[in-house]
Amino acid sequence: MTKAGQASAADRTSSVRMTRLFERYALLLVWLLLIIGFSIALPNSFPRWGNFSILFASYAPAALLALAIIVPLTAGDYDLAVGATMTLSSCIIGVLNVWYDVPIVASILLALAAGVAVGLFHALFIIYFRIPSLVVTLGSTSLMTGIVQLITNSSTIGGIDNALIMAVVGGRLFGVPYAFYYALGAAIVMWYVFDFTPLGRRLLFVGRGREVARLNGIAVERVRIGALVTSGLVASTAGVVYAGVLGSADPYSGLNYLLPAFAAAFLGSTTIMPGRFNPWGAIVAVYFLGTGITGLTMIGIPLWVTNVFNGGALILAVTISQLTRGREAPDIG
Amino acid sequence: MTTVEDLPRNTEAASQAAPPTLRLEDISKTFRATRALNDVSLTVKPGEVHGLLGANGSGKSTLVKILAGFHAPDPGGLMRFNGEEVSLPLMPSDFRRLGMSFVHQNLGLISSLTVLENLRLAQIALPGGHFINWRREKAAAEQTLERYGLDITHWRRIDELSAVNRALLAIVRAFEEIRVECESTGKPGLVLLDEPTPFLPKEGVEKLFKLIRQITEHGSSVLFISHDIDEVMEITDTATILRDGRVSGEIETREATHAKMIEMIIGRSLSKTENAEHEERHFEPFLSVKDLEGDGIRSCDLKVGCGEIVGLTGLIGSGYETVPYLLYGAIGAKAGRLAIEGGRETPVAEMTPKKSLRENFALLPGDRPTQGGVGSIPVYENMLLPDIGAYFKGGFLRNGTMRREARKLGEEYEVRPNDPDINLAALSGGNAQKVLIARWMKRKPRLLMLDEPTQGVDVGTRASIFEALRTAAADGMSVICASSDSEQLAEICDRVLVFARGRIVQELTGAAVEKDLITQACYASLDLAGLRATDGQKPLRTGNEHD
Repeated sequence: MTKAGQASAADRTSSVRMTRLFERYALLLVWLLLIIGFSIALPNSFPRWGNFSILFASYAPAALLALAIIVPLTAGDYDLAVGATMTLSSCIIGVLNVWYDVPIVASILLALAAGVAVGLFHALFIIYFRIPSLVVTLGSTSLMTGIVQLITNSSTIGGIDNALIMAVVGGRLFGVPYAFYYALGAAIVMWYVFDFTPLGRRLLFVGRGREVARLNGIAVERVRIGALVTSGLVASTAGVVYAGVLGSADPYSGLNYLLPAFAAAFLGSTTIMPGRFNPWGAIVAVYFLGTGITGLTMIGIPLWVTNVFNGGALILAVTISQLTRGREAPDIG
Repeated sequence: MTTVEDLPRNTEAASQAAPPTLRLEDISKTFRATRALNDVSLTVKPGEVHGLLGANGSGKSTLVKILAGFHAPDPGGLMRFNGEEVSLPLMPSDFRRLGMSFVHQNLGLISSLTVLENLRLAQIALPGGHFINWRREKAAAEQTLERYGLDITHWRRIDELSAVNRALLAIVRAFEEIRVECESTGKPGLVLLDEPTPFLPKEGVEKLFKLIRQITEHGSSVLFISHDIDEVMEITDTATILRDGRVSGEIETREATHAKMIEMIIGRSLSKTENAEHEERHFEPFLSVKDLEGDGIRSCDLKVGCGEIVGLTGLIGSGYETVPYLLYGAIGAKAGRLAIEGGRETPVAEMTPKKSLRENFALLPGDRPTQGGVGSIPVYENMLLPDIGAYFKGGFLRNGTMRREARKLGEEYEVRPNDPDINLAALSGGNAQKVLIARWMKRKPRLLMLDEPTQGVDVGTRASIFEALRTAAADGMSVICASSDSEQLAEICDRVLVFARGRIVQELTGAAVEKDLITQACYASLDLAGLRATDGQKPLRTGNEHD
C-alpha cells in the first residue's frame, strides 16, 4: 500500500523514512479522500465553501475541547468533564448576561474563572486525595450538569449580547468565521508549549513516567494540577465560543461534543507527531470527524448514525493510537 | 469438593527404600555465552528439609527458575519425581499432578483479599465451578488454619496481617495445594521455599520452622532456599551448595560447621588474601550522615570522602539498597541528619529529589524502566531531562542543540546505536544504562549514588561504567554504590560497608575490599552484629570504627 513496500532492501532507511512520513500525514490524506468521496456523492451541495465555512465554525468548540483534553492526557490524567465544563461556562454567560444584565466581558471572565475553579476542584480530588481521574471527572460531569439545570431552569437562554456573537461568527477571515481562529490560536499556543518549552517535556515525562519525572526533580504534582486547571480553562473557553456560535446558552447539547473531542484527541495522537498527543493532530482529527458527520447528515442518514459514528470513531482511534505505539505501555492507566 | 479428614500417616512412605522425592541429574543452563549451571545434580529425600545455598551468581536462582518452569534447561539433564521421570521444561499442569508447590519471596498473596479467599483461591477459581459454597469454603479454611495451629482469623484482609502470619499463610497454602493430591497417591510432595525469612523477626522464623517440621511429618519434603547459613543449619537435614554454576558440595547439616559452609560457598578457606591493588587512601570528608533511619534502615552513620567510592552491601533483607534512595530524598527518611563538606547539619527527611539536584547529587536507580528513564520517549530527551531548562533560549527549546549534545555524549559513553531520536526502549539494557550514566555524568555531580548499576548489563558496558566511575572519582566525585555483587564492589570500591538487619555491621577497607572477603562478611554479618539473639534492641557496632 505504501511506497515503502516496493523499496529494495538497499535503501531500507529511506523506506523507513517514507513509512514514517506516510504515518504522519495519513490522516490528512484520509480526510482529503473523505472530502472527495462526499463531493462525488453530493456534487451539488457538499463541495461548497459555505458548507465548509459552517463546518469550521461549528466544530471550533469541539476543537477547543479536544485541545483541552490532550493537556491532562499528556500528563497521564483523564478529564471526562470537559463537555460539562464547556456547558457550564456557556450557561454562566447566558444566565449572567441575559438574566442579570452583567456586561458581556465580565460574564466571560466569570465563565473562564469557573473553568479554572473546576480544574482546581478536580486537582483536589485527583492529586490530593488520590482518587482516579476517571472517577472524579465522571462524577463532576454529572455534578456540573445538575448545577447547569439549576441555574438555567433547564431552559435555553437566548439573547446573549450581540458583541459576543459578532466576535465569534460575525465576520470571516479568508472566508472562515472567526470562531475557527480561536481554536487555531489555542493550538498554536499549545504547540509552542508542548514542543518548544521545557514545560512541555516535563508534562510528557510526568505522563509517561511519574517516578522518572520525580527523581529528575520535576514537581510532578504541580505539573498535574497545572494540566487539570489548563484543561478547565480551555474547556470554558470552548464554552464561550459555543455561546457565540449558538447565540444562546443551551444546557444540554454541549455534552454531545465530548465523544468526538475524545475521539479526536486519540485519533490526533496517531498523526503529525505519531505516538504523542499533539495539538495539530487533534485539530485535524476534529475536522476529519466533523466532515464525516456533516457529509453523512447531508446524505440524509438518520440521527442515530451520528452516535454510532462517534462511538465507533473513539474506539477505533484509541485502537489505532495503541497500534501506532507498538508494544509500548499505554500512558494512561 | 474437598473433604477434610484426619491426615493419613504417610511416614511409611518415607522409609529408606522409597525413591528420592526429587532427583535432578546433570542439569545445565547456558545463556548465550555464559554457562549459568553446569551439570548440577540434586537429591531431596522424602520427608527431609533440604537446603540450597549459594552466593550471587552461583546459579541458585537459575536452578529455582528451572524448577518453577520459567527456564528450559539445556538438553541432557534429567529430572525424576518420586522415581518417575519428568520431561523438562516443566509445564504449569505438572506441578499439581506431581505434588510440587512454591512459595516465592513475594509470597503471591493478594493483599486486598481476605485470608479465606487467598487460602481457597485455587479451589474457588478452579474452572468448572459455577457456585461458591462460602459456608463450606469457610469451614475448610478454618479447619486448615486450625490444623497448622495458625492464629489467624479467616475474614482478615492479608494487608492486616503481620509479616510472619503472611509468610505462614503462604506456606500453608502451598502445602494445602498439594496435600490432597499426595494423600490420594500416597506419594510425598515437595514445597519449595525461596528465601522466605529475610524480612521476618527471630520469633517469626521460629514459627516458620515449626510449620516446616509439621509439613515434613506428613512425609513431604521441603527445599529451603536461603542466604542465611544459620537458618540452613537450624532447619535443614541436608544441604546442597552451589558455586559458579556447579555443585560445590552436599552435606549433612548436622555434621557441618558455619565455617565449613562459608568455605563451600566461597570456594576456599579464608585465610589471608593478597590484594595489592587496594591500599588505604585518605580522603577529604565530603558527606557525613548520622542516625539515618527509614524503610528498613534502623540506624546508620556513614561518611563519604571526596573522590571516594563507597560500596554498600549485605544479604537480602539487610536494607543496604535503600540508603541511596533515602539520601537522595526518593524515599522519605524517618530520622537522620546529613552534613555536606563539614557544613551545617540538616535533617535527611527534608531531602527531595529537587533539593538533591540543587546540591548536585545524582541517583541512578536500580529499577531502570520505571525509575531511570521512560522507554517511549527518545534518547536525547531522556538523557538531558534534568538539564532541560538550560536548552531554553530566546523563548524556544533548542531541540537541535539538544540532539547534538546527546549525540556527543552518546559517543563519549559508547551508546550503540548512537541515535538521539530513537526511543530509549529500543536500546539494549546496557546501552540504556549508558544513556542514564551519561545523563548524570554530564552534570559532573558531587555525589553519585547507584543501586545495582550493572544489573542486566553486558560485560562490555559494565567495564565502561566502571571506567566512567573511576575517572569521575579521580576528579573528586564521591560515589555510593549499593550492590549485591561482591566482585563488582571489590573492583571499584575504596571501602565497603556491610549491612545486616538495617544496620552497618562491618566496614571493609584496604586489602579487605576483596570479593571473597566481602561475600564472607555478608554471610557472617548476622553473627557479627549479634543481632540474632537480641534482634536489634541496641545498635551494635562491631565493625571497624570510622576514624
